[in-house]
Amino acid sequence: MIALVAIVAVLLVIATAVQILKIAELRATESGKEIYEISAKQSKAQAFLLMVFLVAYFGFFAWQVWKWGGLMLPVSASEHGVGVDELMNITLWFIIPVFIITHIFLFWFSYKYSFSETRKALFFSHSNKLEMFWTIIPSVALTVLILVGLSNWNKIMTPISSETEHVLLEVCGQQFMWGARYAGKDGKLGRASVEYIEGVNALGIDVSDENSKDDKIVKGEFHLPVGVPVQFVFRSQDVLHSAYMPHFRAQMNCVPGLKTQFNFTPTITTAEMKEKTQNENFEYILLCNKICGAAHYNMQMNIVVESKEDYEKWLAEQKEFGAE
Amino acid sequence: MSAHQHPHEEQDFLFKYVFSQDHKMISKQFLITGFIMGFIGLSMSTLFRLQLGFPGESFWIIDFLLGSWAENGVMLPDKYLALVTMHGTIMVFFLLTAGLSGTFSNLLIPLQIGARDMASGFLNMLSYWFFFVSSVIMLISLGVEGGAASAGWTIYPPLSALPQAIPGSGLGMTLWLVAMAIFIASSLLGSLNYIVTILNLRTKGMTMTRLPLTIWSFLITAIVGVISFPVLLAAALLLVFDRSFGTSFYLSDIYIGGQVLEHSGGSPILFEHLFWFLGHPEVYIVLLPALGITSEIVSTMSRKPIFGYRAMITSMLAIGFLSAIVWGHHMFVTGMNPFLGAVFTFTTLLIAIPSAVKVFNYITTLWKGNIKFSPAMLFSIGLVSTFISGGLTGLILGDSALDINVHDTYFVVGHFHIVMGLSGIFGMIAGVYHWFPKIFGRMLNNNLGNAHFWITIVSSYGIFFPMHFLGLAGVPRRYYTNSEFPLFENLLDINTLITWFAILAFAGQLIFFFNFVYSALRGPKAPQNPWKGNSLEWTTGVKHIHGNWPGEIPTVHRWPYDYSKLNENGDYVTGEDFIPQIVPLGEGELDGGGH
Ligand code: HEM
Ligand SMILES: [Cu+2]
Ligand SMILES: [Cu+2]
Repeated sequence: MIALVAIVAVLLVIATAVQILKIAELRATESGKEIYEISAKQSKAQAFLLMVFLVAYFGFFAWQVWKWGGLMLPVSASEHGVGVDELMNITLWFIIPVFIITHIFLFWFSYKYSFSETRKALFFSHSNKLEMFWTIIPSVALTVLILVGLSNWNKIMTPISSETEHVLLEVCGQQFMWGARYAGKDGKLGRASVEYIEGVNALGIDVSDENSKDDKIVKGEFHLPVGVPVQFVFRSQDVLHSAYMPHFRAQMNCVPGLKTQFNFTPTITTAEMKEKTQNENFEYILLCNKICGAAHYNMQMNIVVESKEDYEKWLAEQKEFGAE
Repeated sequence: MSAHQHPHEEQDFLFKYVFSQDHKMISKQFLITGFIMGFIGLSMSTLFRLQLGFPGESFWIIDFLLGSWAENGVMLPDKYLALVTMHGTIMVFFLLTAGLSGTFSNLLIPLQIGARDMASGFLNMLSYWFFFVSSVIMLISLGVEGGAASAGWTIYPPLSALPQAIPGSGLGMTLWLVAMAIFIASSLLGSLNYIVTILNLRTKGMTMTRLPLTIWSFLITAIVGVISFPVLLAAALLLVFDRSFGTSFYLSDIYIGGQVLEHSGGSPILFEHLFWFLGHPEVYIVLLPALGITSEIVSTMSRKPIFGYRAMITSMLAIGFLSAIVWGHHMFVTGMNPFLGAVFTFTTLLIAIPSAVKVFNYITTLWKGNIKFSPAMLFSIGLVSTFISGGLTGLILGDSALDINVHDTYFVVGHFHIVMGLSGIFGMIAGVYHWFPKIFGRMLNNNLGNAHFWITIVSSYGIFFPMHFLGLAGVPRRYYTNSEFPLFENLLDINTLITWFAILAFAGQLIFFFNFVYSALRGPKAPQNPWKGNSLEWTTGVKHIHGNWPGEIPTVHRWPYDYSKLNENGDYVTGEDFIPQIVPLGEGELDGGGH
């Protein structure tokens, strides 16, 4: 059905094209002008359409914000994410006015100075003052953006110091699922490598390493305590993956042969977020954001953020790696 | 020189149309091959848009066109990735690098600098034929066992290195690499020729500061290409070694298909660095010629000198230079040193300054002009709009702290399609409308051109603007469908809307196709100088001759932007509102925009 509509549309377009061509040819022979000459009237018509377009473009923009604004990611559920969102807002408050103003000038001048037989264009080839002006303005604005941006970036990327209380969690990607491992009581992750992958030991953990004994491997979902920093370590077993947790404004690639890391502090529990979004089924999610094969589009793990007590209760129920 | 002064002998068909060494014919070959590739790339995007807009729905057209890549009218997930990969590759390299630079550098460099031909006609011919062979191999790769390359146009290993990881990384990827190696050879031959020709073969009086901005843009593009393409070649060769000869440049610690691979010690991050060392400059290889072409058109059609000629050149030089030191902004979340990330944020945001200067100069050129809206001019205005709309979102992506959350999402897809895809396409199409009379000696139909423009700009924004919203909702790119996530459930409407616009965009290009073919064969004969331009190409005859000018090459006396120049009495200096470059300066008249 859709294909049919599309084909009919395409045919109509072509038919219209042929008609336009014929009409143009007829008109030209009547007026005695060459068909390709552009009269002031024709130019004005296009200029007018440009103005219509300008309004429509802004209208479309506004319509999208109105219609889809509510579908965007909810407020950040991590501490640093609030800063990221603020930076985003600052940037948008800069970008959107520039977008609007430059477009108004562009289209207004196009409209206003559309061709007329009687007017002469102004020979105006350069002006050092003007050019200076609009080199300096963006420079200043950008300096501000860079400074705010980088101070955020440096904060986000600073690893958690070992003294602070934190959760150490390893996330490992493979085609096409995630595995997660908590460091356990000793706060250390046992050695892991692809060589040790065998049967149930899907994460390739070295059994002989003392540190692995109390590690806890979880499937399907992992839990985080609210208000406690989480140090993530990322690994991959096969190809590149990317651990993307949009609600926490967090993302880091998983690279075979390399351990990468990222940390954040969750600030809103799943239950609170359900309320905030008025969505019973809301879940935090970890998804894959680096093309990794046929089922790249379906590689997910749920994240549950809860109070520290609930988290500890849940964690206690999870089996230690060395328990078997 | 003397060879050209004799009346030209009849060449036989093979050497005139096929193995031609004449830059004008080679330009046509690039244009037509590029457009054919572009049409294929466009069709692919329309097909995978069907899957995204109507996930899982059956289409007979998909069955019909994709054959074994689809089942019951629904494309297979890994073949979706093959289509996306080939679409990206074809659009970026085949249409907007070879198609765009190949066509206009070849056509305009000799004609606008006043040369009989390129420095080496033979290398120029080779450049085209390498491109042709590369295109053919790339198309053949669509039909091989396992399907075409499917690791994204960025072909990151290990995915691209291991057939176990995705079927397209078998023979399909081998052919992709072969095709790209040949493509790079073509591009280098072309670029070297452009550089040498521009530097050495300018006619008398054609100083560097009298060159049209088109030529400046082609020159800078070629230099950027010569610097960065070899690095991609190196990256590709190392990948070939890893794939076929057991080396481990990019591979380490991999367990796949139930077994541990022997590769050890390499890093995919190395590939990313090498790839983006080309990959980022590449977007300027696409963009700069489009900017050069539209600068020329905006000035001519506004009947005003381009505002800030020198600032335009300086901006392009700055963009060209900076483009080589920003590649890391594609790698903020690869785990690279955060300090390095900070440096790349800084250099990246710096590019916004010359870009902003260019935009303001375009706009000021329109101010108090006397603008004739030919289709070429409409597309040029369109380019300024897309360059602004897409460039501004670059400030978000270039800022490392913000990129964390939008990296690899549809926000990126929206951004780069607008700033690179649309600007590149608009520039290229504007060039075709403007110089069609020079290429084919006939005129395109304006009404169809206008219709083409309106459909194209409306549908393009209809496709790509909403993608920003998808990205801000967290939708990753290169997803076969969003229907697997409850999180994305209510975004289907957006995707459906985008797909309808994509179908409209496709239909709109058919108008252009029709206009192009019809006008090339039966369009009205072009006058010598249809747009009343100043630059040298309009002093050559409508009919192509070998060597371009029948007699001596004209001498140049002024810059190319003397439009609407008045004398003290307020009359046009020559009685007309333009003064071609071959007209000597009057007494006391200053050149280069002096009054
Ligand atoms: C009507 C025209 C077009 C449509 C509908 C379209 C649509 C798309 C879509 C939806 C994607 C993302 C697919 C995904 O990530 O799953 C994509 C990817 C891409 N497109 Fe286009 N596109 C069009 C034209 C262009 C043009 C003119 C260019 C030239 C630069 C281009 C270059 C690319 C590239 C480089 C990619 C990335 C491929 C990858 O992820 O490996 N596209 N296109
Ligand atoms: Cu993945
Ligand atoms: Cu880049």
